[in-house]
Amino acid sequence: MKHLLSTRDLSRDQAIAILDLAEDMAAAQTREVKKLPALRGKTVVNLFFEDSTRTKISFEAAAKRLSADVISFAAKGSSVSKGESLKDTAQTLAAIGADGVVIRHGSSGAPRTLATSGWIDAGIVNAGDGTHEHPTQGLLDAYTMRKRIHGDASRGRALDGVRVAIVGDILHSRVARSNVWLLETLGAEVTLVAPGTLLPVGIDTWPVTTLFDLDEAIAARPDVLMMLRIQSERMNAAFFPNAREYSRQWGLDDERLARLPEGSLVMHPGPMNRGLEISSAAADSARSTVIEQVANGVSIRMAVLFMLLTGGTE
Amino acid sequence: MTARPVLQQADITRALTRIAHEILESSRGSGDLVLLGIPTRGVVLAERITRTLNEIEPGSAAWGALDVTMYRDDLSRNPTRTPSPTSIPAGGIDGRTVVLVDDVLYSGRTIRAALDAINDIGRPRVVRLAALVDRGHRELPIRADFVGKNLPSSKDERIFVRLAEVDGGEDEVAIA
Repeated sequence: MKHLLSTRDLSRDQAIAILDLAEDMAAAQTREVKKLPALRGKTVVNLFFEDSTRTKISFEAAAKRLSADVISFAAKGSSVSKGESLKDTAQTLAAIGADGVVIRHGSSGAPRTLATSGWIDAGIVNAGDGTHEHPTQGLLDAYTMRKRIHGDASRGRALDGVRVAIVGDILHSRVARSNVWLLETLGAEVTLVAPGTLLPVGIDTWPVTTLFDLDEAIAARPDVLMMLRIQSERMNAAFFPNAREYSRQWGLDDERLARLPEGSLVMHPGPMNRGLEISSAAADSARSTVIEQVANGVSIRMAVLFMLLTGGTE
Repeated sequence: MTARPVLQQADITRALTRIAHEILESSRGSGDLVLLGIPTRGVVLAERITRTLNEIEPGSAAWGALDVTMYRDDLSRNPTRTPSPTSIPAGGIDGRTVVLVDDVLYSGRTIRAALDAINDIGRPRVVRLAALVDRGHRELPIRADFVGKNLPSSKDERIFVRLAEVDGGEDEVAIA
C-alpha cells in the first residue's frame, strides 16, 4: 500500500490489518515511553489547505510518536495565498525530501491528483478532500465501534451485522462517505438518515438504506448512531428551513437519547455543534465516544503512516 | 530440496528443560525471572520454558511477549511487517532478570531491536538471551547465554522451526 486515498480502495483484509495494527499502536501509547523509532529519518509533511484542529494535531502526534520529522503547513500565510498551484507546492515538497504527505484540500480529488501526477514520489494520505472522503476518520470510527463492541477480543474481527445509522448532512459529508464504504467492506449494515435535501444524487447506488425520519431510525434499534456536523460553511442553499427546525427533526436531543436501546453508541466526528445536531447531554453521556474517537485517531494514523512509509519494493 | 530434520520433538523438549535448569542456575533462584518471547515462535518457547521453571521452583518466573517490529533496522528494506502484540507480565521488568527467548539466533539484528524495545519498557537488572537454535553468521556483537543446539549452517540454507502450538503437528527443527 503506497497511498491511502479512499476507504473504497481497502479490501476487508487490509482494513482489518490496519485496525489490528492500530491496537498495537494504542498499546504503545499506554507506556511511559510513548515514542517508537519506526519512522526515524522519515519526513512527513502535513499539507492543510483547509482549517482543521483535531485531524491536524492527530496526524502530527501520530508522526511524532513514530519518530518521523513533521513539517506542518497551513495554506493561510503560505505562498498558496499568493496563488501558488498544487503542482508547484508538491514539487517544493518533493525537493525538500518529503517521504509522506498528509493532505487536506477543499477540492474533491486533490489527494488523488497528488498521488498520480508524478509531481512527487511520496506516500499520500488523504486527510479530507472536499465532499469526497476522509479515510482515516472512517477507520478510526470503525476502530472505535470494534473496540466498544468486542472489547479486548477485537483483534482480527470485522463489524459483521453491526447496525449503524448515520444522521445528518450526508450530501456534504466526506466522513459519511468514508464510513459507508468501509463499514460495508467490514460487513456492517448502514442506514443513512437525513432530510431529502441533504442526500446526494445517486444515493440509490450506495450500499445503504435511507430514511428521512430519525425517530423511525431510533425505533429500528441501531447499535451505533453517528451524528454528523451541520457544515454551515458548505450551506450555500436553503437545505432546511432553519437551525431550530433541523434540530427538532434530525437532532439527537435528550428525549431521543433516552429512547436509544441499551448499549448503543453515540458517535460524532467533531467538531460538534452542541444544541444543533447533538444535545450536550448526549455528547457527554457514557454512550458517547467523542473523546475516544479523538484518542483512537492517533493510533489509527500511526498505523496508516507505518503501513505507507515502511516497506521497500517487494 | 527436502528439509533434513535436525531436532525431533523429544530433543526439543529436552533442550528446553536443560535451558530452564541453566536459567535457574545462573540466576541462583532469585525468583524474579521474566521470560520475554519474540513473536511468533519465541513466545511459545518462552511459555514452555516458564512452565518448566515453575515446575522446578514454583513462582520463580513469568512470561510475556515482546514485539520488536517497530525497532528493526530493515523496515524500509523489506516489505511492511505486521507487528504482533507485546504483553509484559504484571509487575513490569524494572529491576528483574529478563531472559529474551527466540527460536533461531542468526544475524543478531532481531536481538539488537529487542534490546532497544526493552529500553523503552523499563530497566531490568540484567538481560539474558536464550535461543533454541544458534546457526551462526552474527552481524553484531551479540551472543546467546542459553542455547538449545548449535547448528553450523551455510548462509544459503534455511532453518525451519515447527512448534505444535503455532504450526500444529509435532515439534521439529529442520534444515534445507
